[in-house]
Amino acid sequence: MQELSYFELIGFGPNGWGWALLTAAGMTIAVAFCGFLIGSVIGTLVAWAKIGGNLVIRGIADGYTTVLRGIPDLLVIYLFYFGGSAALGAIGSLFGAEGFIGVPAFATGAIAIGIVSGAYQAEVFRGAYQVVSRGEIEAARSVGMHRGLMFRRIIAPQVLRYAIPGLGNTWQLVLKESALISVTGLVELLRQSHIAAGSTRRPFDFYITAAILYLIITWASTYLFQRAESHSMRGMRRAA
Amino acid sequence: MDFAFMQEAFLTLLSGVPLTLNLTFVSVAFGAVLALLLALMRMSGIKLLDWPAQAYVFVFRGTPLLVQIFLIYYGLGQFRPTLQELGLWVFFREPYWCAIAALTLNTAAYTSEIFRGGLQSVPYNQVEAAKACGMSGFLLFRRITFPITVRQALPAYGSELILMVKATSLASVITMMEVTGLAAKLISQTFRAIEVFVVAGLIYLILNFIITRIIMAIEWWLSPHLRRPPAVEPRLEAAHV
Repeated sequence: MQELSYFELIGFGPNGWGWALLTAAGMTIAVAFCGFLIGSVIGTLVAWAKIGGNLVIRGIADGYTTVLRGIPDLLVIYLFYFGGSAALGAIGSLFGAEGFIGVPAFATGAIAIGIVSGAYQAEVFRGAYQVVSRGEIEAARSVGMHRGLMFRRIIAPQVLRYAIPGLGNTWQLVLKESALISVTGLVELLRQSHIAAGSTRRPFDFYITAAILYLIITWASTYLFQRAESHSMRGMRRAA
Repeated sequence: MDFAFMQEAFLTLLSGVPLTLNLTFVSVAFGAVLALLLALMRMSGIKLLDWPAQAYVFVFRGTPLLVQIFLIYYGLGQFRPTLQELGLWVFFREPYWCAIAALTLNTAAYTSEIFRGGLQSVPYNQVEAAKACGMSGFLLFRRITFPITVRQALPAYGSELILMVKATSLASVITMMEVTGLAAKLISQTFRAIEVFVVAGLIYLILNFIITRIIMAIEWWLSPHLRRPPAVEPRLEAAHV
């Protein structure tokens, strides 16, 4: 059999893996994005707990961020992958189902990423909230805004503005973390490269392609976050 | 929760701690040397040195560590005959050395930015003062630049160490039986994900707690100028004058 050239191998021809790799890259972005969104929700709630909670709630929130930032992400993914199917199996057996029930890999991955990135995002949101001027919150209160309205009109827009750089960092983390989801069998970029490497016996070619695709994604997202940052700061006066 | 099982699991996972620490410290040590080199390249002001260092940092910070590990462990197998000729195959055949190589290259990229920040924080007037006293070259680096850099960079370097402890868990994917590897094996044998997770998480938290404390102690030791001077005992003799 004739050896295929690198470009035939990763191209879009009959023997090429191009479409498979691009689809997998889309899957990487999708799972990272869902995880990031889940993380944003968790992060907001945890930041709220840290700012406004009583001693017990604050203690729980601090414990959550400390623990999730102190243990390997891979361990969390294993917990949801194995633990999730064990829990589903237990629930299933209550309803008479038997045997092993697998959790969808996409959901496992997105939830695991969300739980981990939530800990990082909580710190980002908390830091950003502290920059919001006290006077603005007092002013909002004095014109009679209730909490929900104040959150929507005053706090959320400003927190988001100050949080963009930190969120950008977290997004980069999440993107790289999504590669770990490949251990659960979700066919994202790394998994697809692994499959292709196995069936063509050209591992280096495929992993280097995966690395290049990851670089393109991270580079593009850096650019987008920079755009978002300068857009959100357009009304701010800057010193010097 | 089954505490007898958790105790047993704790002892099993504890046997993976030496490998976790080994992977962390060997790669951090190699990585620090490479990082210093990269930081100096970036600060040299010579474009021919600056650009490769920038590209290196961009590539290794922009791709997942797991891809780097796979690239080295599986990917280099594609060049097996060449590597065998060069006598390098003995290294790249071993998952341990592949993990060390990937972790080293990865941490060097992050650490070089930390060092660069530290080097840039050295106040220029201190360097000028040292030059005025006649110090130059290595003596100036050893006495002035290096201590200030270390003090500046230490907090960030501490977080990098913690990240590296966590990153060694990825070595389990290429068959290294460190704490996470043992945990995954134990979970698949017993199907007690939550108990094993709690125990493994506890081990990592203890490790990271100890490392954080050590870094804090070094920080305290290196910054006597920020501490309050020890209270001077009032002289008793004064009363007898």
